[in-house]
Amino acid sequence: MSALDIARWQFGITTVYHFLFVPLTIGLSFLVAGMQTAWVRTGNDRYRRMTKFWGKLFLINFAMGVATGIVQEFQFGMNWSDHSTFVGDVFGAPLAIEGLLAFFLESTFLGLWIFGWDKLPKKLHLATIWLASIGTVLSAYFILAANSWMQHPVGYAVNPATGRAELKDFGAVLTNSTAVGAFAHTITACFLTAGMFVVGISAWQLRKGRNADVYRPSMKLALVTVLVASLGVIVTGDLQARLMTEQQPMKMAAAEALYDTVAPASFSLFTIGSLDGSQERFSIRVPGVLSFMATGHFDGRVEGINDLQAGEQQQYGPGEYRPDIPVAYWTFRLMIGFGFLCLLISLVGLWLFRRGRTPRARWFFPVATAGLALPFLANSVGWIFTEMGRQPWSVFGVLKTANSVSPTVSAGTVLTSLIVFTVLYGVLAVVDGVLMVRYAKAGPPPPEAPAPETDEPRPAAFAY
Amino acid sequence: MALTDIWFLLIAVLWTGYFVLEGFDFGVGTLLRVLGRDDTDRRVLINTIGPVWDGNEVWLLVAGGATFAAFPLWYSSLFSGFYLALLLVLVALILRGVAFEFRGKLDSPRWRNTWDWIIVFGSAAPSLLWGVAFGNIVHGVPLDAQHHFTGTFFTLLNPYALLGGLATLSLFSFHGAVFLTLKTTGEIRGRAQSLSRALGGTAIVFGGVFLGYTAIEHGGWAWLSSALAALLLVAAVLFAAGERDGFAFASTAAAIIAVTFTLFWSLYPDVLPSTSDPAFGLTTTNASSTPYTLRIMTWVAVVFTPIVLAYQAWTYWVFRKRISRASIPAGGGLPAGRR
Repeated sequence: MSALDIARWQFGITTVYHFLFVPLTIGLSFLVAGMQTAWVRTGNDRYRRMTKFWGKLFLINFAMGVATGIVQEFQFGMNWSDHSTFVGDVFGAPLAIEGLLAFFLESTFLGLWIFGWDKLPKKLHLATIWLASIGTVLSAYFILAANSWMQHPVGYAVNPATGRAELKDFGAVLTNSTAVGAFAHTITACFLTAGMFVVGISAWQLRKGRNADVYRPSMKLALVTVLVASLGVIVTGDLQARLMTEQQPMKMAAAEALYDTVAPASFSLFTIGSLDGSQERFSIRVPGVLSFMATGHFDGRVEGINDLQAGEQQQYGPGEYRPDIPVAYWTFRLMIGFGFLCLLISLVGLWLFRRGRTPRARWFFPVATAGLALPFLANSVGWIFTEMGRQPWSVFGVLKTANSVSPTVSAGTVLTSLIVFTVLYGVLAVVDGVLMVRYAKAGPPPPEAPAPETDEPRPAAFAY
Repeated sequence: MALTDIWFLLIAVLWTGYFVLEGFDFGVGTLLRVLGRDDTDRRVLINTIGPVWDGNEVWLLVAGGATFAAFPLWYSSLFSGFYLALLLVLVALILRGVAFEFRGKLDSPRWRNTWDWIIVFGSAAPSLLWGVAFGNIVHGVPLDAQHHFTGTFFTLLNPYALLGGLATLSLFSFHGAVFLTLKTTGEIRGRAQSLSRALGGTAIVFGGVFLGYTAIEHGGWAWLSSALAALLLVAAVLFAAGERDGFAFASTAAAIIAVTFTLFWSLYPDVLPSTSDPAFGLTTTNASSTPYTLRIMTWVAVVFTPIVLAYQAWTYWVFRKRISRASIPAGGGLPAGRR
C-alpha cells in the first residue's frame, strides 16, 4: 500500500472512531441540561438522580471524544500537508475559530459543571452545563462549515501564482448551503443518538424492574426526543439529498448505483452491478422515488454515473471520477435503514408507554436495548458515505485526494502511526465499553439524605 | 505592524498561555507518583488540576488552529516534518486525557496504579517533547526548496533540542511543584515545597544553558529576556522557601512567559528556518495566509480572546481554595471485580 492509501485508512479509522463519541456528547449534554433544569425548577429529587446518572455516562463518553479530537486537528498537517497548504487560507479560519469560540467554552464550563456542584449557586451551576452544551453545538457548526467547504467550495479563488486557494468571502463559507444542510442533519442525528442511548439503557433497567422512578421519565423523554429527532433527520436528509444532486451529482448517482441518466428515476432497494462498477446487472426498484429525493418532482431527471464520468473527464481531463460505487451505494442505504429503525422503535415505545402504562410486551425491552447500536452505525456509515462519495476529490472539483497527501512522509511512517492509533483506540474502546456498561448497570445515586449539620470541613461533592 | 506580525505575536501568546497553564498541570502529573504517597494523596494532587486541565489544553488546540489559519505553510511543514514526535505527543495526550476521567471509576489499586503511571507518562513526555520541538523550530531544520522537511525523526534529537526538552521538563515540573504548594495543605504541601527547591535548581541549570545557547545564536534581546527568566526562577525559589506561595507561582508563570518570548523573539521573522539553505526557510511573510483571512481572524481574536480570558480566570477564582485530604470524598468508583 502507498502512503496515500495508508493515510486514507488512518483518516477513516480515526475520524469514524472520534465520531462515535461526538454525537452522543452533543445530544446528551442537552438532555442532561434539560434534566438538571427540571430539578432546579421543581426540586424533585428524581430529576437530580437522573442528572447524576446520565451525567456520569456523559462524562465517560466526553473524555473519549476530547482525547481523540486532538488527532483530528493534527493529522491535517501530519498526513495531508499538501491539502493543508492548499486550503489553509480558507479552511484554517473555521478551525481556529472553532477552538476559540467552542472548545474553550465547552471545556471550561464543563470543568465548572463537574466540580462546581457544591461551589456554585444552583442556578449558576445549571448555566454552566447549558453553556458547555452551546459550546458543543458551536463546535459542530464550524467544523461542518470547514468540511462542507471541501464538499462544495464557495467564497474562494485559486491564486495562479501560488497555486493555493484564497479566501474571498468568509460569509459565503459560513452560510454555505451545504454547511447549513450538514449542520441541521448532523445536529438532529446527535439528538437521535442521545435519545436512542437513553432509550436503550432505560429499557435495560426497566426490564430488570429497577429504579422505575428514574428510568420511566428518562424513557419518555428519550422516546419523544428520538421521534422528533428522527423526523428532523428525515427532513434535513431530504434537503441534503437535493443539495447533493445539484452540487455533487456523482455522489448521488453512486448512492443509487444509477448508471444511466433517466427521467423519471426509480429508487433502488437492491442493486447488483458488474464488477468494474460500470453497469447494472439486477435491481429491485420503486418508481419515481429517486427523482423525488433528488429534485422534488416524481418525474425529475437524474443523471447517471456513466454520463457524469464522461462529463467530468471533459471538464477536468482524463481520469477516474467515480467513487467506490458499492461502498457509496450500501452506506447510503444502511444509513437510511438504521435511521428508520430508530423512528420505528420510538413509535412502538411511545405506544407501549402511552398514558403511564408499563409495556406488557416484554420483547420491547431487549429490542430497545439492542437499538442502542443503530444510531452509532448510522452515523458511521453516513460519514463514510459523505467522505468516500466525494472521491477522488479532497476539495470537490478543485483538489484531488492523491495530490493532498504529505509528499515527504514515508509509507512506513504513516503505517507506524496507523498501527499505533489502531491498537490504542482498540484498547481504549474495550476500557470505555467496560466502564460504560458497568456504570449503566450500576444505576442512579440513592435518594438525597439531608446533610448533617456540622462545622467540620466536608468533602467536596465531587472529586476525581 | 503588519498583520503577519500581529499573527506571529498572537501565536506566541497562545503558546505562552499553553505553557503557563498546561505547564503546571503537566508538572502536577509528572510529580504524581513522587509527591503522592497513597491513593488519597494522589487524588488530592489530581483534584488540584481537575477542573482546569481540559480548558488549559484548549490553548494548544487554538495555537494549532491559528497556525493552520494564519501560516498554512508553517503548519504543513511543521506537522508533517515532526511527524513521529507529534505522534508521541498525541498518544501521551490521549492517554492522559482519558486517565483523569477513568482513574477513579473503579475501586482497585491495580487499576488506579496503571492510570497513575499513564498520567505520569502522559504529562512528562509532552513536557519534554514540546521543548525538543521548540529547540528544533528556533534552530531550524533541513528543508527543501518546497519547504518540505528532509530530515528524519533522529534529526530532531540533536543536543540543542534535547537540552530544550530537559529545560521545559524541569521548568514545568518546578512550575507544577510551586502550584501544588499554593493549592494543597499539610504534608503534601510540605513535600511539594521541599521538592520545589531541587526542581528550581534543575530548571535554572537546564533553562539557563538552553537559553544562554539560544542567546549566543540569536543575540540582542534574547540576552535580556533570558536574564529576566533566570532572575524570575531564582525569585521563585526564594519565594517558595519563604512561604510566599502566590508570589512563587506568579514568578514561575512569569519565568515561563519570559522563556517562551525568548524563543519566539529569537525565531522572528522566521517561523521555520532551514538549515540546508537559508532561502528555503519559512518566514512570517512566505508562510502566511492572505491579508483578508488574517483581518477576519484578527477581529475574531480581538473580540473573543478577552471573553475567554475572563471566564477562564473566573474558573480559577471559583476553585481557588486549597485542597486537603479531608476534601476528598470517601470511596468513589465501582468495585473492580465482576459484579
